[in-house]
Amino acid sequence: MNGIEVNNITKRFGDTLALNQVSLKFEPNKIYGLLGRNGAGKSTLLNIITNRLFPDEGDIKIEGLASVENDEAQKKVYLMSEKNLYPDSMSCREVFKWSLMFYPNFDLEYAKELAKQFGLDINKKVKTLSTGFSSIFKIVIALSVNTPYVLFDEPVLGLDANHREMFYKLLIKKYSHSPFTAIISTHLIEEVAMILENVMIIKNGDLLINESCETLLKSGYSVSGTAKQIDDFILDKEVISIDALGGLKTATIIGAVDKSTLPLGIEMTGLDLQKFFIKLTNEE
Amino acid sequence: MQINFEDERPIFMQIAEGIEDAILTGAFAEEEQIPSITELSVNYKINPATALKGIAILVDEGIIFKKRGIGMFVAQGSVLKLRNKRKELFYEHYIKRLIEEAKKLGITTAEILDMVERGYEE
Repeated sequence: MNGIEVNNITKRFGDTLALNQVSLKFEPNKIYGLLGRNGAGKSTLLNIITNRLFPDEGDIKIEGLASVENDEAQKKVYLMSEKNLYPDSMSCREVFKWSLMFYPNFDLEYAKELAKQFGLDINKKVKTLSTGFSSIFKIVIALSVNTPYVLFDEPVLGLDANHREMFYKLLIKKYSHSPFTAIISTHLIEEVAMILENVMIIKNGDLLINESCETLLKSGYSVSGTAKQIDDFILDKEVISIDALGGLKTATIIGAVDKSTLPLGIEMTGLDLQKFFIKLTNEE
Repeated sequence: MQINFEDERPIFMQIAEGIEDAILTGAFAEEEQIPSITELSVNYKINPATALKGIAILVDEGIIFKKRGIGMFVAQGSVLKLRNKRKELFYEHYIKRLIEEAKKLGITTAEILDMVERGYEE
Protein backbone atom coordinates (compact mmCIF):
# COMPACT_ATOMS: atom_id res chain seq x y z
CA MET A 1 0.00 0.00 0.00
CA ASN A 2 1.50 3.30 -1.07
CA GLY A 3 1.19 6.64 0.63
CA ILE A 4 0.47 7.64 4.21
CA GLU A 5 -2.89 6.54 5.55
CA VAL A 6 -4.31 8.31 8.55
CA ASN A 7 -7.16 6.30 10.06
CA ASN A 8 -9.56 7.79 12.61
CA ILE A 9 -6.96 9.66 14.60
CA THR A 10 -8.17 11.26 17.81
CA LYS A 11 -5.88 13.18 20.15
CA ARG A 12 -6.77 14.98 23.36
CA PHE A 13 -4.65 17.31 25.47
CA GLY A 14 -6.54 17.38 28.76
CA ASP A 15 -9.98 18.76 27.91
CA THR A 16 -8.92 19.96 24.49
CA LEU A 17 -9.80 17.80 21.53
CA ALA A 18 -6.83 18.47 19.24
CA LEU A 19 -7.84 16.01 16.54
CA ASN A 20 -11.27 14.50 16.18
CA GLN A 21 -11.43 11.20 14.25
CA VAL A 22 -9.37 12.49 11.38
CA SER A 23 -9.01 10.17 8.40
CA LEU A 24 -7.14 11.10 5.26
CA LYS A 25 -4.64 9.83 2.78
CA PHE A 26 -1.47 11.32 1.39
CA GLU A 27 -0.71 9.77 -1.97
CA PRO A 28 2.83 9.39 -3.27
CA ASN A 29 4.45 12.21 -5.21
CA LYS A 30 1.87 14.90 -4.64
CA ILE A 31 2.14 18.30 -2.96
CA TYR A 32 -0.40 18.77 -0.18
CA GLY A 33 -1.41 21.84 1.75
CA LEU A 34 -2.49 21.34 5.33
CA LEU A 35 -4.32 24.50 6.22
CA GLY A 36 -5.87 25.76 9.38
CA ARG A 37 -5.66 28.57 11.88
CA ASN A 38 -3.21 28.52 14.76
CA GLY A 39 -4.10 25.68 17.10
CA ALA A 40 -6.32 23.90 14.57
CA GLY A 41 -4.40 20.64 14.95
CA LYS A 42 -2.03 20.78 11.96
CA SER A 43 1.19 20.33 13.92
CA THR A 44 -0.40 17.71 16.14
CA LEU A 45 -1.18 15.61 13.08
CA LEU A 46 2.34 15.98 11.66
CA ASN A 47 3.82 15.14 15.05
CA ILE A 48 1.66 12.01 15.31
CA ILE A 49 2.73 10.83 11.85
CA THR A 50 6.37 11.13 12.92
CA ASN A 51 6.01 9.55 16.41
CA ARG A 52 6.68 12.75 18.35
CA LEU A 53 3.19 12.42 19.75
CA PHE A 54 0.98 9.36 20.05
CA PRO A 55 -2.73 9.29 19.28
CA ASP A 56 -5.44 8.35 21.79
CA GLU A 57 -7.30 6.50 19.07
CA GLY A 58 -6.68 5.47 15.51
CA ASP A 59 -3.57 4.45 13.61
CA ILE A 60 -1.33 5.55 10.80
CA LYS A 61 0.24 3.46 8.07
CA ILE A 62 3.25 4.59 6.09
CA GLU A 63 3.43 2.60 2.86
CA GLY A 64 1.48 -0.11 4.60
CA LEU A 65 3.71 -0.18 7.68
CA ALA A 66 2.47 0.74 11.15
CA SER A 67 3.95 4.13 12.04
CA VAL A 68 4.36 3.66 15.79
CA GLU A 69 7.85 2.72 17.02
CA ASN A 70 8.75 1.46 13.55
CA ASP A 71 12.09 2.60 12.16
CA GLU A 72 11.38 1.02 8.80
CA ALA A 73 8.33 3.25 8.41
CA GLN A 74 9.80 6.35 10.05
CA LYS A 75 12.91 6.52 7.90
CA LYS A 76 10.65 7.23 4.90
CA VAL A 77 9.43 10.44 6.53
CA TYR A 78 11.13 13.69 7.46
CA LEU A 79 9.44 16.38 9.51
CA MET A 80 10.69 19.94 9.36
CA SER A 81 9.13 21.08 12.60
CA GLU A 82 8.36 24.54 13.84
CA LYS A 83 10.34 23.83 16.97
CA ASN A 84 14.07 23.54 16.76
CA LEU A 85 15.10 20.19 18.16
CA TYR A 86 18.81 20.36 17.39
CA PRO A 87 21.29 20.77 20.23
CA ASP A 88 22.07 24.47 20.75
CA SER A 89 25.82 23.98 20.77
CA MET A 90 25.93 22.38 17.32
CA SER A 91 26.89 24.30 14.23
CA CYS A 92 24.76 23.98 11.09
CA ARG A 93 27.61 22.10 9.43
CA GLU A 94 27.61 19.53 12.24
CA VAL A 95 23.84 19.06 12.00
CA PHE A 96 24.26 18.40 8.27
CA LYS A 97 26.77 15.66 9.08
CA TRP A 98 24.45 14.13 11.65
CA SER A 99 21.55 14.25 9.20
CA LEU A 100 23.61 12.08 6.88
CA MET A 101 23.91 9.48 9.68
CA PHE A 102 20.14 9.28 10.15
CA TYR A 103 19.08 9.78 6.55
CA PRO A 104 21.48 7.92 4.24
CA ASN A 105 20.15 9.71 1.17
CA PHE A 106 20.83 13.16 2.64
CA ASP A 107 22.65 15.12 -0.08
CA LEU A 108 25.39 17.02 1.74
CA GLU A 109 26.68 18.82 -1.35
CA TYR A 110 23.19 19.98 -2.29
CA ALA A 111 22.59 21.19 1.28
CA LYS A 112 25.80 23.25 1.18
CA GLU A 113 24.81 24.66 -2.20
CA LEU A 114 21.37 25.64 -0.91
CA ALA A 115 22.84 27.23 2.22
CA LYS A 116 25.04 29.33 -0.03
CA GLN A 117 22.11 30.38 -2.18
CA PHE A 118 20.18 31.49 0.90
CA GLY A 119 23.20 33.20 2.40
CA LEU A 120 23.24 30.91 5.44
CA ASP A 121 26.62 30.70 7.18
CA ILE A 122 26.83 27.01 8.08
CA ASN A 123 29.63 27.59 10.58
CA LYS A 124 27.19 29.41 12.83
CA LYS A 125 25.75 27.65 15.84
CA VAL A 126 22.11 26.67 15.48
CA LYS A 127 21.09 28.65 18.56
CA THR A 128 22.55 31.89 17.24
CA LEU A 129 20.39 31.88 14.09
CA SER A 130 17.65 34.49 13.75
CA THR A 131 14.04 33.29 13.32
CA GLY A 132 14.33 33.66 9.55
CA PHE A 133 17.64 31.87 9.23
CA SER A 134 16.50 29.19 11.63
CA SER A 135 13.66 28.48 9.17
CA ILE A 136 16.10 28.59 6.25
CA PHE A 137 18.41 26.15 8.02
CA LYS A 138 15.53 23.72 8.49
CA ILE A 139 14.32 24.22 4.91
CA VAL A 140 17.81 23.38 3.62
CA ILE A 141 17.79 20.08 5.52
CA ALA A 142 14.23 19.24 4.46
CA LEU A 143 15.06 19.82 0.79
CA SER A 144 18.25 17.77 0.98
CA VAL A 145 17.03 14.81 3.01
CA ASN A 146 15.57 12.85 0.07
CA THR A 147 12.98 10.83 1.96
CA PRO A 148 9.82 9.88 0.02
CA TYR A 149 7.70 11.99 2.41
CA VAL A 150 8.73 15.43 3.62
CA LEU A 151 6.51 17.29 6.08
CA PHE A 152 6.96 21.06 6.31
CA ASP A 153 5.44 22.64 9.42
CA GLU A 154 5.11 26.39 8.85
CA PRO A 155 8.19 26.44 6.60
CA VAL A 156 8.19 30.16 5.78
CA LEU A 157 7.96 31.39 9.36
CA GLY A 158 9.97 34.61 9.66
CA LEU A 159 11.18 34.49 6.06
CA ASP A 160 11.20 37.70 4.05
CA ALA A 161 9.49 37.89 0.66
CA ASN A 162 12.68 37.06 -1.29
CA HIS A 163 13.46 34.01 0.78
CA ARG A 164 9.87 32.79 0.63
CA GLU A 165 9.96 33.04 -3.14
CA MET A 166 13.27 31.16 -3.19
CA PHE A 167 11.83 28.42 -1.03
CA TYR A 168 8.77 27.90 -3.24
CA LYS A 169 10.88 27.83 -6.40
CA LEU A 170 13.44 25.43 -4.92
CA LEU A 171 10.65 23.17 -3.71
CA ILE A 172 9.08 23.01 -7.18
CA LYS A 173 12.45 22.43 -8.83
CA LYS A 174 13.31 19.65 -6.43
CA TYR A 175 9.86 18.08 -6.78
CA SER A 176 10.02 18.36 -10.54
CA HIS A 177 13.40 16.63 -10.80
CA SER A 178 12.73 13.91 -8.26
CA PRO A 179 9.07 13.76 -7.17
CA PHE A 180 8.27 13.14 -3.53
CA THR A 181 5.31 13.74 -1.25
CA ALA A 182 5.42 17.19 0.27
CA ILE A 183 2.97 18.18 2.99
CA ILE A 184 3.06 21.87 3.78
CA SER A 185 1.24 23.13 6.83
CA THR A 186 0.55 26.83 6.71
CA HIS A 187 -2.06 29.51 7.25
CA LEU A 188 -0.85 31.53 4.26
CA ILE A 189 -3.19 29.93 1.76
CA GLU A 190 -2.93 32.52 -1.00
CA GLU A 191 0.82 32.15 -1.22
CA VAL A 192 0.98 28.38 -1.65
CA ALA A 193 -2.29 27.62 -3.42
CA MET A 194 -0.81 27.48 -6.92
CA ILE A 195 1.83 25.01 -5.80
CA LEU A 196 -0.58 22.62 -4.13
CA GLU A 197 -2.27 19.73 -5.81
CA ASN A 198 -4.54 18.95 -2.88
CA VAL A 199 -5.82 21.03 -0.01
CA MET A 200 -6.84 19.84 3.43
CA ILE A 201 -8.39 22.30 5.84
CA ILE A 202 -8.57 21.55 9.56
CA LYS A 203 -10.66 23.47 12.06
CA ASN A 204 -10.66 22.73 15.78
CA GLY A 205 -9.43 19.20 15.17
CA ASP A 206 -11.96 18.40 12.45
CA LEU A 207 -11.07 17.82 8.82
CA LEU A 208 -13.36 20.22 6.94
CA ILE A 209 -12.07 20.05 3.39
CA ASN A 210 -10.05 17.44 1.52
CA GLU A 211 -10.13 18.42 -2.12
CA SER A 212 -7.98 18.98 -5.16
CA CYS A 213 -6.92 22.60 -5.38
CA GLU A 214 -8.47 22.92 -8.81
CA THR A 215 -11.86 21.73 -7.56
CA LEU A 216 -11.63 24.07 -4.60
CA LEU A 217 -10.94 27.07 -6.81
CA LYS A 218 -13.91 26.11 -8.96
CA SER A 219 -16.22 25.88 -5.96
CA GLY A 220 -16.92 29.59 -5.91
CA TYR A 221 -16.34 32.98 -7.47
CA SER A 222 -16.47 36.69 -6.76
CA VAL A 223 -18.61 39.31 -8.44
CA SER A 224 -18.44 43.06 -8.26
CA GLY A 225 -20.69 45.83 -9.50
CA THR A 226 -23.04 48.48 -8.18
CA ALA A 227 -24.71 47.71 -4.86
CA LYS A 228 -28.10 47.31 -6.56
CA GLN A 229 -26.76 44.93 -9.21
CA ILE A 230 -24.97 42.78 -6.66
CA ASP A 231 -27.90 42.72 -4.23
CA ASP A 232 -30.20 41.48 -7.00
CA PHE A 233 -27.68 38.97 -8.28
CA ILE A 234 -26.92 37.32 -4.95
CA LEU A 235 -30.55 36.92 -3.83
CA ASP A 236 -30.73 33.18 -4.53
CA LYS A 237 -27.06 32.42 -3.92
CA GLU A 238 -24.85 31.27 -1.08
CA VAL A 239 -22.78 34.30 -0.18
CA ILE A 240 -19.79 34.00 2.15
CA SER A 241 -18.67 37.61 2.21
CA ILE A 242 -19.68 41.06 1.05
CA ASP A 243 -17.47 44.12 0.86
CA ALA A 244 -19.09 47.46 0.18
CA LEU A 245 -17.23 50.55 -0.90
CA GLY A 246 -19.51 53.51 -1.44
CA GLY A 247 -22.08 52.39 -4.00
CA LEU A 248 -19.98 49.44 -5.12
CA LYS A 249 -20.14 45.92 -3.81
CA THR A 250 -18.06 42.79 -4.11
CA ALA A 251 -19.53 39.46 -3.09
CA THR A 252 -17.86 36.08 -2.75
CA ILE A 253 -20.23 33.29 -3.70
CA ILE A 254 -20.12 29.53 -3.28
CA GLY A 255 -21.52 27.44 -6.08
CA ALA A 256 -21.12 26.96 -9.80
CA VAL A 257 -21.46 29.94 -12.06
CA ASP A 258 -23.47 30.12 -15.24
CA LYS A 259 -21.74 32.87 -17.14
CA SER A 260 -24.64 33.34 -19.53
CA THR A 261 -26.83 34.49 -16.65
CA LEU A 262 -24.32 37.07 -15.54
CA PRO A 263 -25.96 40.51 -15.96
CA LEU A 264 -24.14 43.13 -17.98
CA GLY A 265 -21.95 45.34 -15.87
CA ILE A 266 -21.16 42.75 -13.24
CA GLU A 267 -17.53 41.71 -13.23
CA MET A 268 -16.58 38.22 -12.27
CA THR A 269 -13.28 37.01 -10.84
CA GLY A 270 -12.06 33.71 -9.42
CA LEU A 271 -12.73 32.60 -5.86
CA ASP A 272 -10.86 34.63 -3.26
CA LEU A 273 -9.23 31.75 -1.38
CA GLN A 274 -8.20 33.83 1.58
CA LYS A 275 -11.80 35.03 2.13
CA PHE A 276 -13.09 31.50 1.65
CA PHE A 277 -10.58 30.22 4.18
CA ILE A 278 -11.37 32.94 6.74
CA LYS A 279 -15.09 32.34 6.43
CA LEU A 280 -14.65 28.60 6.72
CA THR A 281 -12.38 28.68 9.74
CA ASN A 282 -14.02 31.52 11.61
CA GLU A 283 -15.43 30.84 15.04
CA GLU A 284 -19.19 31.15 14.95
CA MET B 1 2.86 35.83 -19.73
CA GLN B 2 1.05 36.41 -16.48
CA ILE B 3 -0.54 33.88 -14.18
CA ASN B 4 -3.22 35.40 -12.07
CA PHE B 5 -5.19 33.84 -9.30
CA GLU B 6 -8.00 36.32 -9.47
CA ASP B 7 -8.57 35.37 -13.05
CA GLU B 8 -11.71 33.24 -13.30
CA ARG B 9 -9.95 30.85 -15.68
CA PRO B 10 -8.22 27.83 -14.15
CA ILE B 11 -4.44 28.11 -13.96
CA PHE B 12 -3.78 25.36 -16.51
CA MET B 13 -5.88 27.30 -19.05
CA GLN B 14 -3.88 30.43 -18.31
CA ILE B 15 -0.68 28.51 -18.98
CA ALA B 16 -2.01 27.16 -22.28
CA GLU B 17 -3.20 30.60 -23.38
CA GLY B 18 0.04 32.24 -22.27
CA ILE B 19 2.01 29.90 -24.50
CA GLU B 20 -0.45 30.46 -27.36
CA ASP B 21 0.16 34.20 -26.99
CA ALA B 22 3.92 33.68 -27.08
CA ILE B 23 3.56 31.65 -30.29
CA LEU B 24 1.28 34.26 -31.88
CA THR B 25 3.66 37.11 -31.10
CA GLY B 26 6.62 35.10 -32.34
CA ALA B 27 8.31 34.89 -28.95
CA PHE B 28 8.20 31.11 -29.44
CA ALA B 29 8.75 30.50 -33.17
CA GLU B 30 7.54 27.45 -35.08
CA GLU B 31 9.94 24.50 -34.88
CA GLU B 32 11.60 26.12 -31.85
CA GLN B 33 11.88 24.63 -28.39
CA ILE B 34 9.70 25.99 -25.61
CA PRO B 35 10.54 25.98 -21.85
CA SER B 36 10.26 22.63 -20.06
CA ILE B 37 7.55 21.77 -17.55
CA THR B 38 10.07 22.33 -14.76
CA GLU B 39 11.08 25.73 -16.08
CA LEU B 40 7.46 26.77 -16.47
CA SER B 41 6.42 25.59 -13.02
CA VAL B 42 9.42 27.08 -11.22
CA ASN B 43 9.06 30.37 -13.05
CA TYR B 44 5.37 30.75 -12.31
CA LYS B 45 5.49 28.97 -8.96
CA ILE B 46 2.81 26.47 -9.93
CA ASN B 47 2.46 22.75 -9.41
CA PRO B 48 4.19 20.84 -12.24
CA ALA B 49 1.01 18.78 -12.70
CA THR B 50 -0.84 22.02 -13.49
CA ALA B 51 1.76 23.08 -16.05
CA LEU B 52 1.60 19.61 -17.58
CA LYS B 53 -2.16 19.85 -17.89
CA GLY B 54 -1.87 23.18 -19.70
CA ILE B 55 0.74 21.82 -22.10
CA ALA B 56 -1.35 18.69 -22.70
CA ILE B 57 -4.11 20.85 -24.20
CA LEU B 58 -1.67 22.28 -26.72
CA VAL B 59 -0.23 18.86 -27.49
CA ASP B 60 -3.75 17.53 -28.13
CA GLU B 61 -4.46 20.40 -30.49
CA GLY B 62 -1.24 19.74 -32.36
CA ILE B 63 0.23 23.13 -31.45
CA ILE B 64 3.08 21.67 -29.43
CA PHE B 65 4.85 18.39 -30.03
CA LYS B 66 7.24 16.44 -27.85
CA LYS B 67 10.58 15.01 -28.84
CA ARG B 68 11.39 12.24 -26.46
CA GLY B 69 14.32 13.06 -24.22
CA ILE B 70 14.87 16.45 -25.84
CA GLY B 71 11.91 18.65 -25.04
CA MET B 72 8.84 20.35 -26.42
CA PHE B 73 8.61 22.25 -29.69
CA VAL B 74 6.19 24.51 -31.52
CA ALA B 75 4.64 22.59 -34.43
CA GLN B 76 4.80 23.88 -37.97
CA GLY B 77 1.60 25.70 -38.96
CA SER B 78 0.77 26.55 -35.34
CA VAL B 79 0.54 30.27 -35.91
CA LEU B 80 -2.09 29.89 -38.61
CA LYS B 81 -3.99 27.36 -36.54
CA LEU B 82 -3.99 29.64 -33.52
CA ARG B 83 -5.00 32.70 -35.53
CA ASN B 84 -8.06 30.91 -36.82
CA LYS B 85 -8.96 29.71 -33.35
CA ARG B 86 -8.49 33.14 -31.81
CA LYS B 87 -10.46 34.90 -34.55
CA GLU B 88 -13.47 32.82 -33.65
CA LEU B 89 -13.15 33.96 -30.04
CA PHE B 90 -12.46 37.58 -30.94
CA TYR B 91 -16.08 38.67 -31.04
CA GLU B 92 -16.93 36.85 -27.85
CA HIS B 93 -13.92 38.08 -25.87
CA TYR B 94 -13.29 41.57 -27.16
CA ILE B 95 -16.13 43.05 -29.21
CA LYS B 96 -18.82 42.21 -26.68
CA ARG B 97 -16.79 43.68 -23.86
CA LEU B 98 -15.87 46.73 -25.92
CA ILE B 99 -19.52 47.48 -26.60
CA GLU B 100 -20.43 46.91 -22.97
CA GLU B 101 -17.84 49.44 -21.82
CA ALA B 102 -18.78 51.87 -24.62
CA LYS B 103 -22.41 51.81 -23.49
CA LYS B 104 -21.32 52.57 -19.94
CA LEU B 105 -19.43 55.60 -21.20
CA GLY B 106 -22.03 56.66 -23.76
CA ILE B 107 -19.72 56.17 -26.73
CA THR B 108 -21.54 55.88 -30.07
CA THR B 109 -20.82 53.35 -32.83
CA ALA B 110 -19.34 56.09 -35.01
CA GLU B 111 -17.03 57.16 -32.22
CA ILE B 112 -15.86 53.58 -31.73
CA LEU B 113 -15.12 53.22 -35.44
CA ASP B 114 -13.13 56.48 -35.35
CA MET B 115 -11.10 55.16 -32.44
CA VAL B 116 -10.47 51.85 -34.19
CA GLU B 117 -9.16 53.73 -37.23
CA ARG B 118 -7.00 55.90 -35.04
CA GLY B 119 -5.66 52.80 -33.30
CA TYR B 120 -4.66 51.22 -36.59
CA GLU B 121 -2.95 54.41 -37.75
CA GLU B 122 -0.85 54.88 -34.62
